[in-house]
Amino acid sequence: MTAPAQQVPIAAEAVPRAPRRRGRRDEARRGIVWRTIVAVVVTIIVVFPLYWMLVVAFSPRGEVFEPGLRLWPSSLTLENFEKIFDRYPVWTWFGNSLVIGVFITAITTTVNLLAGYAFARLRFAGRDAVFLLVLSTMMIPVQAIMVAQFKLISGLELYGTYWGVILPGAAAAFGIFLARQFFLSIPDELVEAARIDGAGHIRIFLQVVLPLCKPLIAVLLLLTFLGSWNDFAWPLIALKENELFTLPVGLIYLKGQTTPDYNAIMAMSLVSVIPMVLLFLFFQRYFVQGFARSGIR
Amino acid sequence: MTQAVAHAEGVRPGRVRVRPGQRRARRREGLVGLGFLAPNLVLMIGFLFVPIVLAVQLSFQETRGFGDPEWVGAANYETMVQDPEFWRSLANTVLFTAVTVPIELAAGLSLAVLLNSVLPARGLLRTLIVLPMVISGVASAMIAVILFYESNGLVNKVLEAVGLGRIAWQSEGAPAMLSVMLVAVWLRLGFNMVIYLAGLQAISPELYEAARIDGATRWQQLRSITVPLLGSSTFFLLIMNVIASFQVFDVIFVMTGGGPSGATSVLVTYAYRNGFLIREQGYGAALGIVILLITLAFTFLQWRTNRSRDQVG
Repeated sequence: MTAPAQQVPIAAEAVPRAPRRRGRRDEARRGIVWRTIVAVVVTIIVVFPLYWMLVVAFSPRGEVFEPGLRLWPSSLTLENFEKIFDRYPVWTWFGNSLVIGVFITAITTTVNLLAGYAFARLRFAGRDAVFLLVLSTMMIPVQAIMVAQFKLISGLELYGTYWGVILPGAAAAFGIFLARQFFLSIPDELVEAARIDGAGHIRIFLQVVLPLCKPLIAVLLLLTFLGSWNDFAWPLIALKENELFTLPVGLIYLKGQTTPDYNAIMAMSLVSVIPMVLLFLFFQRYFVQGFARSGIR
Repeated sequence: MTQAVAHAEGVRPGRVRVRPGQRRARRREGLVGLGFLAPNLVLMIGFLFVPIVLAVQLSFQETRGFGDPEWVGAANYETMVQDPEFWRSLANTVLFTAVTVPIELAAGLSLAVLLNSVLPARGLLRTLIVLPMVISGVASAMIAVILFYESNGLVNKVLEAVGLGRIAWQSEGAPAMLSVMLVAVWLRLGFNMVIYLAGLQAISPELYEAARIDGATRWQQLRSITVPLLGSSTFFLLIMNVIASFQVFDVIFVMTGGGPSGATSVLVTYAYRNGFLIREQGYGAALGIVILLITLAFTFLQWRTNRSRDQVG
């Protein structure tokens, strides 16, 4: 997202012939006006659903479903938020999402960094074959193996526990691919110099390589946490008690009530979405790089 | 990737004679490598490869009530071939993919070209369009449920106000399918734009300048410079979009649950229904194996194109 603006020269400045200059510049200016209008309209359409979440979350109950076209609330209210925090263990669910996310992120990132280093920098028999095997699992959706996965965690007595969500969640490969790419780009001279100084592989990894990898680590942490925070299918299967639900599973629970209260559901959605929006706004560069490099969303 | 591969080969010493000391160092390197890999392998074997093997085994079994699973050979797969709901879910999956993927590509490319040109507040507009990428599928689908609410949701109110009349988003199959498709495209638009933007920024501006001097129109520039030079991005996105569309679960689960009467049922939701709602675990596992095989096929396709892309570029 760090597009240098000067990469797209304005036509008028690129062409030296003087007489046509004015006409071209007008044309370029008209072009900008049209493009801006189109871009703004598209952006409004894309952002509108998020605006609607805000509207419903802060509207009095049922107002958005009353007859008549209304694009903003008649009055702003916090009653939907009071209601969800009153009736449902929202903070517990928030905490569950957080705990599960932090564990999955910490485990996955550590394990993926180690494996990526082995695949990129160490030589051993069968390395490339194992790498291909690991890579081939990258796209497998949980729905392909969920029945077996469920039987497995039931057998291990992990059904309905944090670990039943965390361990399968941490067995992800996409970070290995990213980490390997990054480690391959580190100059040999650095590693060689450390080796001549007598450092072993573990010391080289910890003291020479890792300090160079802060952007990589940031990308891995952010993308893994985002994925785990938004994950739904597996937590839905692996958790049973209300008290251990994550936010997306909690949302489904709210929708499953006999008369679902959509204002409350939007208030909950907002609570679940805000942390990720904030993370994204602060660390946009890393998110975008990560998406672009790994192809994971 | 080309650089990376060349790099790795540069590290590898030629096949010269290996002195005993070197051999020992190499064996130690092998052990260290195994140690670095071990935690990952333990997790992947335990929670990926073992379940895959278990899933294959389950797909040849049938569980009745609380009894022990019974070995039934290929019966689950035979059931599948004759199960109209399976074929319907497969057809829906293909339809869903065939409609969403080209739209995602075209919209992603258009937005990338638009937001790569000179515009006021370009950074802000990009940020806002990428924003849905971090919104969970469940929350997005919940918003969509409210927007597409049949009796008096906003979309129908607007349609009515402009004189188009209400659409039966929940009670009729085709509109229900359309609504989940729209949400899926919304969620993936930013990703497509990001990849295309990265591709666009790798194209030398001199090419456009040369084309302009030759008198090429904007449209000609787009057709003969931009689109061909973005070929590798397009292929990458094509595969990623196909995989994502083919695995769409959250949005359908929340918005329609596969309904009305199977009109939006896709392979992954159908597998979930069988495995966890109807509790036909063997059949659910067999459906999972089909999903697994299709996923692997596309993963390999992506590698092949990646490799040829590296060799070319």
